[in-house]
Amino acid sequence: METINFVYNLIPDQFIAIIVICTIPLIFLIVYALLAILGELKISAWIQERLGPMRTGPWGILQPIAEVVKLIQKEDLTPDTANKPLFNLAPFIIFMGAYASFAVIPFSRYFIPSDINIGLFYIFAVGSIAVIGIVMGGWASNNKYSLLGAMRSVAQIISYEIPGAMAILSVAVLASSLNLEKINIAQEGGIWNWFVFGGQGSWDKLWVVPFTLILSLIYLISSLAETNRTPFDIPEGESELVAGYHTEYSGMKFAMFFFAEYANMFVVAAVLTITFFGGWNSPFGNFMQGPGWDVFWFVGKSFFFVIVQIWLRWTLPRLRVDQLMYVGWKVLLPFSFICFLFISLFRMIN
Amino acid sequence: MDIFSIVFYLFAVIIVVSAAIVVMSKNIMFSAFSLLFTFFGVAGIYVLLNADFIAVTQIMIYIGGILILIIFGVMLTTRITGVEIKSGTTGKIQIAFAGLISLIIAITMIFLFSNTKWFTSELQPHQSTIENIGKELLTNYLLAFEAASVLLLIAIIGAAFIARRKS
Repeated sequence: METINFVYNLIPDQFIAIIVICTIPLIFLIVYALLAILGELKISAWIQERLGPMRTGPWGILQPIAEVVKLIQKEDLTPDTANKPLFNLAPFIIFMGAYASFAVIPFSRYFIPSDINIGLFYIFAVGSIAVIGIVMGGWASNNKYSLLGAMRSVAQIISYEIPGAMAILSVAVLASSLNLEKINIAQEGGIWNWFVFGGQGSWDKLWVVPFTLILSLIYLISSLAETNRTPFDIPEGESELVAGYHTEYSGMKFAMFFFAEYANMFVVAAVLTITFFGGWNSPFGNFMQGPGWDVFWFVGKSFFFVIVQIWLRWTLPRLRVDQLMYVGWKVLLPFSFICFLFISLFRMIN
Repeated sequence: MDIFSIVFYLFAVIIVVSAAIVVMSKNIMFSAFSLLFTFFGVAGIYVLLNADFIAVTQIMIYIGGILILIIFGVMLTTRITGVEIKSGTTGKIQIAFAGLISLIIAITMIFLFSNTKWFTSELQPHQSTIENIGKELLTNYLLAFEAASVLLLIAIIGAAFIARRKS
């Protein structure tokens, strides 16, 4: 696999370079998770007219570190009747599934961990590893709530993968590539060239703009369902299922679930950014464009969508199971098919 | 040893160990879950052979589709209906017989492997496989492609029909 990577120029030894490349996203992920936990605490507080955590550090900005220390100190409980090997393996499988996606995420034109030609397809494929982890955790806990939560979660993820995949496929049709770098390059030249506005091209593209706008919304909605976030968090609905598939987990293993959820939130936000919102491209054309600015724009836009997810969580109520299936199969799926067919037709004529 | 052989043996060990668990484990859930590692290892071997599209398809279809289906099937029959599904023990004669056959097959395979003159191609591997696969599927193999999609459509309609019949 060819790789565009500044690390290979810095470190001559290929083996060490590969290890460094594998660790950089992990370090980023840890810092991001701390920020996202703080964001979740603070934004939820502001939405509910509270102050949120105020005691640890100035305005409580050290709260996430305190939370992590608390989770490390907690006793690591395993239920007596649980299936111990699978119970202990599940958090790692889930985190592996979430972290695997980072292999193809283009942070900058000089840092793409692995620049493969099927990046988009790869992200969708490794997402299914996390599903296995959820089933494993839910089943091995030997708890009705966990099992029900796991089954709801899997049903929901599988249902919403289809409209999400259709939305992403339409972008692949527009960019005529599945390579995330090429998709980014196809959106160069300002906000009007992003795929949410139909990509580069003449005024003919006005025909597809309504469809791409709808598709970006469809992807946002289905990504919420795939990460089990409100309004689609029925797998862990507290009022019915205690905490769903991670009811029995405590201490560091619970932290792994938590961490994987935040990693998944970033991955879906990053995919939305790359496919519809220009990826690393600056919204002002050539102004503020370059390898360093790439990181700024890409991470900034992704963080914005993470904040949107947090914002929605504290604003919207939870859907019922039947409403969830209705939205997935009878609303999002037909709409995504129509948009996909129209965009393919447009591509064929042009 | 270069990186290629280290990675190859790593994946080979993963495949063999997890496949052994699939066959030997008494608990059918262990078998189902260790199938995950077998599929994962096979995908890794595909990547080493420069077949990136097939590797990702392997993960997508086998792990994302078939394995989840198997696990759901097993899960819903053991814990909810209360019937424990366990693979039974086989008799000693059967084990001896099966072991003998496996040994013969293994010896034949090793013999064939060491005595074959392996043909190595001079061609460089393709940098991008997916474009060629797409072109071939929509030109030379169009009929097979369409037949497969019609088959899948029939399967979906059949599944929907079976699920509906209750009312």
